[in-house]
Amino acid sequence: MTAVAARTLLSVRDLHVFLGQSHVLQGVSFDVPEGGVTALLGRNGVGKTTTLRAVLGLVGRKGSVRLADEELTSLPTHRIVRRSVGYVPEDREVFTGLTVAENLRLAERDAEPRYDLVYDLFPDLEGRRTQRAGTLSGGQQQMLAIARALLNDNRVLLVDEPTKGLAPALVAEVARVLERLAELTTVLLVEQNLGVVRRIARRAIVLDQGRVVHTSDAKELLERPELVRRLLSVGAHA
Amino acid sequence: MSTFILLTITGFGLGAMYFLIASGLSLIYGLMGVLNFAHGAFISVGSYGTWWFSAHVFDGVHSILLRWLLSSLVGLGLGGLFAGLVELVLIRPLYTRHMEQVLVTVGLSIAFVALLQGVWGTDPKTFAVPPWLHETTTIAGAHIPNDRWLEIATAAVVLCLLQLFLRRTRYGLIIRAGVENRTMVQALGIDVRKAFTLVFAIGGIAAAIAGVLSGVYFNVVAPDQGTSLLIFAFIVVVIGGLGSIGGSAAAALVVALTQQYTNYYASSGVGDMVVVLLLGLVLLARPRGLAGAIVGARA
Repeated sequence: MTAVAARTLLSVRDLHVFLGQSHVLQGVSFDVPEGGVTALLGRNGVGKTTTLRAVLGLVGRKGSVRLADEELTSLPTHRIVRRSVGYVPEDREVFTGLTVAENLRLAERDAEPRYDLVYDLFPDLEGRRTQRAGTLSGGQQQMLAIARALLNDNRVLLVDEPTKGLAPALVAEVARVLERLAELTTVLLVEQNLGVVRRIARRAIVLDQGRVVHTSDAKELLERPELVRRLLSVGAHA
Repeated sequence: MSTFILLTITGFGLGAMYFLIASGLSLIYGLMGVLNFAHGAFISVGSYGTWWFSAHVFDGVHSILLRWLLSSLVGLGLGGLFAGLVELVLIRPLYTRHMEQVLVTVGLSIAFVALLQGVWGTDPKTFAVPPWLHETTTIAGAHIPNDRWLEIATAAVVLCLLQLFLRRTRYGLIIRAGVENRTMVQALGIDVRKAFTLVFAIGGIAAAIAGVLSGVYFNVVAPDQGTSLLIFAFIVVVIGGLGSIGGSAAAALVVALTQQYTNYYASSGVGDMVVVLLLGLVLLARPRGLAGAIVGARA
């Protein structure tokens, strides 16, 4: 009940994105309540990543994206981010030629970046500050990508498939970090791993063919295997 | 032996000028993906600015050294200002439209040469430089023109300053990150467009320095001087690796020394052909240039 009653922080209305000749998002609308994790689910290629990129203005889009009461679509990406919107991209996208410390320094926006929190959550990164990010393992790069976003006090954090390609032990570690993140800020999470979604998400939004086809409490969705199979083409215990 | 030493030092001097031009070109392409064919105009702004201020504004300054330094400083300033304005007015509206960028920069390059010819004629100009630069220093029997030392020292200082800027400043960090993945730089809340303008201005200043030094090296400044130097600078950028300052420095020396040795020991003019051959070989063996590993991760 808490999630339903929470104030809407991010509101997306009638969002359209064209990539070349392809109409990728066809009027996507949803609300992200303040606090906790909202999962954005769907099969591969239905527009989840594009939705996050459209919110940030990394792709051209039509429609409305409001953060609290402010319309974001007229702003360039860097100004949207400076409205305290953090982003953890798919495939990490850390700067491989820069050191860990330089990657973090580049991400600093706040007057007092939260290095204590970052190194508390990822003690491994502290010992690797002078190491080039390109020489980190996939898991370490994912930690660095999340750490960049954590450094600042974000109102909402867009996290794109943080467990993709990680070993099971690291998936559990990332899930633990996301749980902690959810205590600090609002998270819009694109995730294929339903075990992680079950563990941390309050609400679920399901996309199919560029449209929102289902919105509900995350547990409510995952307790209906038939619905999960129909919407996501996987078993609820995947 | 004395000939070899002369060719080597002269090659270093020519390489210094190539580096000064190529460094800006390389950063601009590495960060912004812009093939800036108008870079020759930045060279000409530096050389013609220096000539004009030396002849018309600072002509009353008795010390030739001071007159040359003052007019050169103005030339560098004009080069940086002109480059910054080109980025703001012509390049910025055309981001991601690469074909239009090529057309605009090629057009500006042609128009600028025509403008110089129209205003000041096709005759080469000269500006007064300290007499020491026209003298020679003898090393192991080789009479080295002193201006070669100036060119080498200037390029070395610029290389160090650029490396310091890129390694020690926040804008340097933004530029290095932007060369890899400028979309992600924006996604961290950074206005990467400011870095674009800054890189153009820095490239313009470095090119203007090359313009001033080319006036000393060739003893004249001419309307198409910038364009002819630019061709070899492009080769240097590709061989060195797009976006890499260190790669540009190494490639500038390789290209200039190859030209010098081949032109002397083989036949005059063969050097240019060999450099193009070298470019082909590097592209086949290391498509990303000598420093390809550094820029290889660029998105």
